Amino acid sequence: MRTLDRRLLRDLRERWSQLLTIGLVVASGVGAYIALTATFRALDDSRTLYYETNRFGDVFATLERAPDAVGDRLAEIPGVTLVHTRLAASVRIPLESDHHPPIGMVVGLPPGGDAPLNRVRVEEGSMVEAGRSDEALLLEVFAKRNNLAPGDTIPVIMEGTLRSVRIVGLANAPDFVYPAPPGDAPVPDDERFAVLWMDQGAVSPAFQMEGAFNEVALRLGPRASEAAVLAEVDRILEPWGGRGAVGRDRQRSNFFLNMRFDQLEAISGFVPILFLGVAAFLLNVVLSRLVRLQRGEIAALKALGYHDREIGGYYLRFVSVVILVGSLLGVALGAWMGRGITGFFTQFFGLPLLEFRVPLETVAVAFAVALLFGFLGAFATLRRILRMAPAEAMRPEAPARYRKTLLEELGIGDLFGSTGRMVLRELGRRPIRALISGLGVALAVGIIVVGRFSHDAFNMIIDQHYYLATQEDVSVSLLGPTPERAIREAQAIPGVVRAEGVRTTPVRIRSGNRWRDIALHGYAEGSSLRRLMDASGRISPLPSGGIVLTTALADTLRLAVGDPVEVVLHEQNRTRTVPVTGLVDEMFGMQGHMRLDELNRMMDEGPMVSRLLLTVDPEDFGGVEARLMEMSRVGEITHKQRAVERIREVAADPQTALVLVLSLFGSIIAIGVVYNNTRVALSIRARDLASLRVIGFTRREISGILLGEQAIQVLLAIPVGLLVGRLLVSQLVATMDLEEYRLPLVITTETYAFAASVVLAAALASALLVRRRLDRLDLIGVLKERE
Amino acid sequence: MNRTLEEGMETEVLTARGVTRTYRMGEVDVHALRGVDFSLHQGEFLVLVGASGSGKSTLMNILGGLDRPTEGTVHFRDRDLTHATDRELTTFRRNHVGFVFQFYNLMPSLTARENVALVTEIARDPLRPEEALEMVGLKERLDHFPSQLSGGEQQRVAVARAIAKRPEILLCDEPTGALDYRSGVVVLEVIERANQELGTTTAVITHNAPISDMASRVVILHDGQVDEERRNDTRKSASEIRW
Repeated sequence: MRTLDRRLLRDLRERWSQLLTIGLVVASGVGAYIALTATFRALDDSRTLYYETNRFGDVFATLERAPDAVGDRLAEIPGVTLVHTRLAASVRIPLESDHHPPIGMVVGLPPGGDAPLNRVRVEEGSMVEAGRSDEALLLEVFAKRNNLAPGDTIPVIMEGTLRSVRIVGLANAPDFVYPAPPGDAPVPDDERFAVLWMDQGAVSPAFQMEGAFNEVALRLGPRASEAAVLAEVDRILEPWGGRGAVGRDRQRSNFFLNMRFDQLEAISGFVPILFLGVAAFLLNVVLSRLVRLQRGEIAALKALGYHDREIGGYYLRFVSVVILVGSLLGVALGAWMGRGITGFFTQFFGLPLLEFRVPLETVAVAFAVALLFGFLGAFATLRRILRMAPAEAMRPEAPARYRKTLLEELGIGDLFGSTGRMVLRELGRRPIRALISGLGVALAVGIIVVGRFSHDAFNMIIDQHYYLATQEDVSVSLLGPTPERAIREAQAIPGVVRAEGVRTTPVRIRSGNRWRDIALHGYAEGSSLRRLMDASGRISPLPSGGIVLTTALADTLRLAVGDPVEVVLHEQNRTRTVPVTGLVDEMFGMQGHMRLDELNRMMDEGPMVSRLLLTVDPEDFGGVEARLMEMSRVGEITHKQRAVERIREVAADPQTALVLVLSLFGSIIAIGVVYNNTRVALSIRARDLASLRVIGFTRREISGILLGEQAIQVLLAIPVGLLVGRLLVSQLVATMDLEEYRLPLVITTETYAFAASVVLAAALASALLVRRRLDRLDLIGVLKERE
Repeated sequence: MNRTLEEGMETEVLTARGVTRTYRMGEVDVHALRGVDFSLHQGEFLVLVGASGSGKSTLMNILGGLDRPTEGTVHFRDRDLTHATDRELTTFRRNHVGFVFQFYNLMPSLTARENVALVTEIARDPLRPEEALEMVGLKERLDHFPSQLSGGEQQRVAVARAIAKRPEILLCDEPTGALDYRSGVVVLEVIERANQELGTTTAVITHNAPISDMASRVVILHDGQVDEERRNDTRKSASEIRW
């Protein structure tokens, strides 16, 4: 080993604790990058491969009912290479163990089961036998959540008739990766939403769908225009109750997957850069001090004939060791976190996952970028070494110049006393370093705010959506529009305190050539269980004489209050024009609201509802549910409290993990900044502090001088950090402000207090670690040597 | 020399009895002091001379409460410093001792006035910083930072800082060691003034033999022991010293 290398090891060993804190910052950055990138890649690759092997369609449409022959007309559309029509019908699955039956969807399988598009993969058990109307493949994740296995028999209510269906196998399909039940809440519910694939020929009589279909998937040729095909499909299906064809981007399952994946990709580049920036700054601080301390040695090396290149290389190797060790740690950390996140997502989506691996090029990019940032941090110091003439460097450095700070020029310097002035001037002498340090600490606070924000936003959504906007205890979906007397029937059930009805119908809202398919809700006048509420929690009125749109929808369609808008009623295949009477900035973005009587009138129907809302005496829940089940036309019964619990349960673990991981990251930055700054400050000022001890200052007093500087930086940085946190959150919200729902920009005082406390504690701990070194200050030694 | 001063000289302010100090330097023990008996009398101007390594700085550090003896006892008047806690030693230095060092040890971020104020802010009955600086002839340079002062001026600020608290004892370790002759004499004059005008008991350590002519009493250390002690019948003033 060369002598310089041996010295390198000693230099590294002497500063191990400082370098460790920097290495951890690097590890956090590299870890975050590796974890997010690898997770994104793993999920995206899995999805692509999965879609390919299972022949995911390109265009999808649902309709009321069309004879099979219509499928042939779809196949003639230019650009369409394959058409797969099928039956898809809602059913209820009254599992014995459950008062609150899951909702299900029966999907038809062609004879033999091998669908040309949206192929069903049998994961366990066997394919249904052709011609059997009592056999089904069950969505794997639902089966697992409900402890069902091939061989089990489950009750299924099809069109009001209870049947027994034997599960012959468990399956997955590309169009149900994200098993979200039809409805407006974008929460996957793998416990309560089942898909049953059954032999279409055998099961279609149960739905009066012999020789007909109500769902279609198409495959497009390589040069087909999706927009043109969508328009043509809509034209052909219009007479058959077509509800608007969509491409992959708006296919329900894929849409939600995209949304999650995009979030992941958006943060995977941005977050690591912040960490590496902090690491570069810390390396700069530590290295410039090291070079100052070794000034004489550098001069001696130069005098001995070492080239600048060799001396510069020495310090670059010093930086590289820190970066490489940090990066290695980061790769391990990233792989571990990535596996966790990927595991969570795959479980969350029921996405069948390929093997998780960290791509080699991701590791290479991470190392290269980390090294680049390391060298960036070393740059200024290296330049100083190169410029140093040996003879000059042999002499001690000129004493540091200080001057009075702005505060003193303003005449309020006297407030601080001599020691206070020392602190101020030290800060004033290196304003850039103080500023960057402050920003580092602010970033730490900000990151923790972001970590806890999802918790705040989530609670706010739950509160607003489930407790303020919706006041019912139980919501009952009816199988299609049902006369209003259903409300009176429900009201008559003992234990029901109040019953109201809502009508929801699928419509296309069109303005010029822009359109969106949405749910249109009608509320009875004086309805107290459902209220229009904007994202900030204000109740909005529901004016008569038109339609109220969410602002997200109005923005998309470029509509304002007073504009006329076309409403295509999918249930009836008719178009009406109504004025927009109001806008409401709701959290779940794409829907419309009307008065119930006006909606019914627009549809030329009598008083109809499609959903019952009930408040129920808590003691009578069981009885009420049992009675509801006996009513005709009752579909899904949603118990609000249970739904909320379920959502909370799904969200609890990842939220806690997020808060923990980001708090850890924030603390690592805060410790890195404060610890290294304090160590360097101590190294620079050990002599001054020892002199003060000699002339009679107590340990506490000199600690105050050393730590005061850090304390001021941290205390000033915290409020800035809270702002940074808010900024980061609003960025995050903006990237996630999707059409379907938006996150409210809400950060609670607790979150601010939490972030500030964590950083304060991390800073205090680092400062106290350094303070212990003050006890070992060599009082006599410093008096013996010239600085 | 007047009568009261003569009497005062017999009052022992600091006493060391049988003081030894051993350092462990790597594998070997270094005996810096080997059973020193020593006292510093009220109001006197003592010069401690000796070759490099004779133990004079070690002795001064022990007397000034910066270090503790390995064996023996040290008293400030009738207070035992030998077993004082760290906190008690700090209080002792803070209230009773002024130090002047070879390399000034000023705070680079504070002006001359503020460096002195550093001490007056924590002392019980201090001079005003301006008064102290006037005594050392730096009235015109109150607001200069150390980097704007010459070595001699910096050392005078250090002296002003040491005397501003009106200490009972002024300990100066090689106060002229880093200075040229002219600046050295000015610093010695300032120390002399403090001794005479404020009556501060003063001990100056030096390896510069001519300075001992200023002393009322001279103690010579050799190899960790008191080699010789003498009184000067006639004292030279600082301006008369030549080296």
